[in-house]
Amino acid sequence: MMNSKRTKIRWGFVLFFMPVFLWLFLLFVLPHLELLRLSFLGTDYYAKSGVTLENYAAFFKEPAYWLTFVRTAGYSIIITLIILMIALPVAFYITKVVGLKTKGLLMLLVIVPFWVSILIRVYGWMIILRESGIINNILVGMGLLKVPIEMLYNDVSLIIGLVHTNLLFMLVPIIGVMDSLDNSLIEAASNLGAKKLAIWWKIIIPHCMTGIMSGSIIVFMLVTGSYITPALMGGKNSLWFTQQIYNQFIIAFNWNQGAAFGFLLLLISSIIVWLSLKITGQKLGEVVK
Amino acid sequence: MIRTLPNTRTYKIGFTGFVIFYFIFLFIPLVIVCILAFNDSLFPSLPWYGFTLDWFFGKGPDKIGVFHHPMNLKAIYTSLKVALGVCIFSTIVGTCAAFLFDQEEFRFKKFFYILMITPMVVPGVILGISILSFANSLGIFLEKNMGIDLRILSPGLLLVVLGQSTFITTFVALVVIARLKKFDRGLEEAAYNLGANRLEVIWFITLRYLRPAIIGGAVVAFLLSFENFNTTLFLIGSKPTLPIALFAQIRDGGSPVVNAVSFLLIVGMSIFALANLYFSHKTEKQ
Repeated sequence: MMNSKRTKIRWGFVLFFMPVFLWLFLLFVLPHLELLRLSFLGTDYYAKSGVTLENYAAFFKEPAYWLTFVRTAGYSIIITLIILMIALPVAFYITKVVGLKTKGLLMLLVIVPFWVSILIRVYGWMIILRESGIINNILVGMGLLKVPIEMLYNDVSLIIGLVHTNLLFMLVPIIGVMDSLDNSLIEAASNLGAKKLAIWWKIIIPHCMTGIMSGSIIVFMLVTGSYITPALMGGKNSLWFTQQIYNQFIIAFNWNQGAAFGFLLLLISSIIVWLSLKITGQKLGEVVK
Repeated sequence: MIRTLPNTRTYKIGFTGFVIFYFIFLFIPLVIVCILAFNDSLFPSLPWYGFTLDWFFGKGPDKIGVFHHPMNLKAIYTSLKVALGVCIFSTIVGTCAAFLFDQEEFRFKKFFYILMITPMVVPGVILGISILSFANSLGIFLEKNMGIDLRILSPGLLLVVLGQSTFITTFVALVVIARLKKFDRGLEEAAYNLGANRLEVIWFITLRYLRPAIIGGAVVAFLLSFENFNTTLFLIGSKPTLPIALFAQIRDGGSPVVNAVSFLLIVGMSIFALANLYFSHKTEKQ
């Protein structure tokens, strides 16, 4: 009896394991290994020149490439911080300030816009900000401006777009941990005379650290990897790194160079995530949970 | 600060004002897009020339509505096909993954679990180029060594479905695992004791219990696929999906037709999201 049950369980294991294994192996592991292989091949696709580092060397030799890279990483950090500064007070308002009923409504209002495609939200910002857009129309109509000015296609509009499209992914994890913060801790600190800033710094932020870290990591990864927002709202002369990858793959048709760029993007995001975990002394296992 | 503590008036007003400003910031682009879908103008902008439904039902010549716009209609049809494919693939494989990681014990389980999570974290652009490269190399290899010319390995709908499924399956798996964790394994034991075999137990007990999570996961998969852009961008052949077609139109400045499509999408997505929320609340209470 026992024996027959055991063999059946192994059979069930194979049934579950095979599709999952095929999925991860054929669609994820092998493609990435192939990408890694390509990144070490010469520029000519059919060339049998063997392993070369020229794709990676080209990245460091050509300022246009590495400047885009530095810009992408730098802006991603800035945008993650801006999102954090907005998300903390909003999360606090939703979890601690309003009553239970309003909380449910606000949660709904926070989540619903994020079901709408990024493309549409970016389009909305374009209609609002561009030279023939809503703001210019209103300002010129009121006589505050003589000629419309272009407010789209610069770094500020880029930041607005990326903040708007990624806010939720910071808000949800922070709301999750803030919910578990005991109100009496804040009351006690306040009764003992702590100022608001001190309460934030000494009680709320340390308590929310896991949520802040996982939110920051998700947002950072999403921002560095975003394509639509920089392509539609960013300046014409300043590319995002994902656009460099697109240009190499689709326009220049230099896949090996593009593959090298892809791996550099993976590398920088992993390093920054790892660094931020090190600095704040967190473990990846706790954060991903 | 919190409700139980006394606050100054300016603090309260300031804080509420900030949150109101946040919600305006959140909604304003969506509201603007929706309103301008009904403006009787050839450009998606102010001034307001009056209300019209031409951008939905117009037959031309100067105003062609969504429902008579061949390019957008074709793109919607393509997107629906892709989303259905992704939905089927990721729901089946994702449910298998949930069973595998919740109910089975095997070597390197932890390693495989992390491997299963990573597709969700890797940028979509990189998923796209890796699958494109792999399919291309595989196609060249097969043609050179075996003389088989597999058209399906060149960019097209199959690659789009596979590429999107790569990371969407992870989402489905996580949704199903979350519910499977709450499952009382005693029910399975009882069924075994009554003489059921493993397959019967899975079919009659566990899958019945998981049904809401599986349906929820399938809906999420459908929506994620329907709006995916980054991965699709590299795998698409001659037939664009809706986000790709919209991107091209928006890059060229957009038109009220784009607003009309967006309006339909916003309404559709909101209904989906609300229904999803409603049903997940309902099943949680059970």
